Amino acid sequence: MPRVFTSRIKKYYSFYTGGFVMFVLTLAVAEYMGLPDQWIGWTFMAATVALYAGIGIMSRTADVTEYYVAGRRVPAIFNGMATGADWMSAASFIGMAGTLYAKGYDGLAFVMGWTGGYVLVALLLAPYLRKFGQFTIPDFMGARYGGHTARSIAVVGTILASFTYVTAQIYGVGIITSRFLGITFEVGVFVGLAGLLVCSFLGGMRAVTWTQVAQYIILIIAYLMPVVFMSYQVTNVPVPQLVYGTVLEKVTARENEIMADPAQAAARDAYQARADEIGARIAALKAGGVGQEEIARLKRDRDTAEAKARPISHHGEPFPGQTEAERDTARLNFIALTFCLMVGTASLPHVLIRFYTTPSVKQARESVFWSLFFIFMLYFTAPAYAVFAKYEIYTNLIGSSIVELPNWVHSWAKLGLVLVEDINHDGILQLAELTLNPDVIVLATPEIAGLPYVVAGLVAAGGLAAALSTADGLLLTIANALSHDVYYQMIDRQASTTRRLAVSKGLLLLVALIAAYVASMKPDTILSMVAWAFSIAAACFFPALVLGIFWKRATQQGAIAGMLVGLGLTLFYLIGVKFYGMIKWFGITDVSAGIFGIPAGFATIALVSLFTPAPDRETQNLVESVRYPSLKV
Amino acid sequence: MDKRREYWRKNLRLTASLLAIWFSVTFLVVWFARDLAAISVFGFPLPFWVGAQGALIVYVLLVHRYARRMNELDTEYGVSEDDR
Repeated sequence: MPRVFTSRIKKYYSFYTGGFVMFVLTLAVAEYMGLPDQWIGWTFMAATVALYAGIGIMSRTADVTEYYVAGRRVPAIFNGMATGADWMSAASFIGMAGTLYAKGYDGLAFVMGWTGGYVLVALLLAPYLRKFGQFTIPDFMGARYGGHTARSIAVVGTILASFTYVTAQIYGVGIITSRFLGITFEVGVFVGLAGLLVCSFLGGMRAVTWTQVAQYIILIIAYLMPVVFMSYQVTNVPVPQLVYGTVLEKVTARENEIMADPAQAAARDAYQARADEIGARIAALKAGGVGQEEIARLKRDRDTAEAKARPISHHGEPFPGQTEAERDTARLNFIALTFCLMVGTASLPHVLIRFYTTPSVKQARESVFWSLFFIFMLYFTAPAYAVFAKYEIYTNLIGSSIVELPNWVHSWAKLGLVLVEDINHDGILQLAELTLNPDVIVLATPEIAGLPYVVAGLVAAGGLAAALSTADGLLLTIANALSHDVYYQMIDRQASTTRRLAVSKGLLLLVALIAAYVASMKPDTILSMVAWAFSIAAACFFPALVLGIFWKRATQQGAIAGMLVGLGLTLFYLIGVKFYGMIKWFGITDVSAGIFGIPAGFATIALVSLFTPAPDRETQNLVESVRYPSLKV
Repeated sequence: MDKRREYWRKNLRLTASLLAIWFSVTFLVVWFARDLAAISVFGFPLPFWVGAQGALIVYVLLVHRYARRMNELDTEYGVSEDDR
């Protein structure tokens, strides 16, 4: 029976992929025949959102297992695609190549962290959680450590980690829809919200899963297409991942030329002069003892000018810095960030619950492989994206006349994402005079490479798919933690199925509205807090989950203390460094706070467990049972 | 019962050795990145290539290896699920 199911699904999605490619080609022809850009944008958005809604309506369900874990019959390969879409957020799709563009080697911490984490998922968690086979991550804490306390802390951790994350996704949706549909940002946010709810509201995990598979296919096509074109234009080989080493060599040569250019030196000197001048004004204001806000604003301006005055570093150079100490701190931060992102990946509840949905432990293991494979496709390409974009900009844009800059510079400058300033008044654009928001790299690449507008529309549809799929997974995770763990497990164990689902859907709607409301206010702090989700989830869940499986002696008191200490220390460091100017420990930035919280969590669980009585027989049997896929007595 | 213990021990050994590889390709290479930067592979400085491609390929292979080996062990030790 399941084999028939799998092959039928395969057939559906093959037809669907073919159909989508045909759709893009048709639009390309229509563009050639004169269809205006705005129409192309609208057609892409309307068609993809209608598609997600269609899948959502077809997968509507009133069954608890279907609603929470898609009936536990999602084949490994499709669960892999769904996990891929669930995992790759607006930040991965839009932001990552831009970060790599800006940081070069140092940006690779994200690439390694967000893929290497799946090794931990595969080896330490996924098969065991699947064998345990409940509905949520707090479920595991509740069953393994007993009582409501461990479960409640896990619910708080889930909400802390997921809520900021979902807000950022909805924000991303707002940016994309407003740019490509020409509507205001606030309206864009609520249009996106509708796109989200049609899917998760009706069919829960089942609808979300099958929509995510569809979204993965769109997002990967959209991600690969522009960079394949660019690779073909520059090197005549359409496989960017294989050939960008030679392009990187050209970029390095160009970087040397730019650094040797006297005009670039003049521009840098001009920025240094500006930084000094602002510095003098700050000193004057400080002496006057007034205008705290003014001082903060001036400090930001001074830092920007100073950054521009610094010499550029090579794209491929690890840990650039002025002094040896600065380089060592950069290395330490790279390692800490990679570690936190990896452990965080293996702790984010919306990823882990995906492994409850496979039919067996065997398929859960295979499914992690497929997930990582599908994620790998994008992360393997992102560094190539950055290098090709850098090549285009360094060779074709830098050194050209400021009055004759290409159109894309103007259209993105209008949104404030590109900034050009002729500081040395020579009418030529120097590298120091160009400011690029990292998000522009992916969104503007089709235009930078001179590709048809259809490709830009496709990229927007891909970014939308990435943001919507992640947001759906997160919303469901939050709503389920509240409805299943808080309402059903703690408040009303007698609740009927209908009632449980009604509560679940009500909460989903509520959480979605709050998240959209928060996103519509464009809160800067919330966005910079997204990276925190990894440290928070890692410190709260990872030690308790891993020790719960691998160490029978871990006790309830140990786990509670460990989760509180891990989470507490992480939050203390994050908030202290970010908002109260606390001195950094070993120079570690706030994003990597988990580097302290995770070991503290492990140590606390170990210590407290050894001083408290061993868990009872029943708990030990539970641990024993999750270790073997099937025990025949 | 002894067979069960043996299955679990084998699992732990496999997990530990794969994690050791995971640790080396990630953290060891990063730690020595500046010393390795002079070596060039496919036009990339070595640490850049490892971070952008090499390590990722190793991760995929590690997870694949684990799934294959564990599924074999399941059958060998009679703890596999009936093929559903």
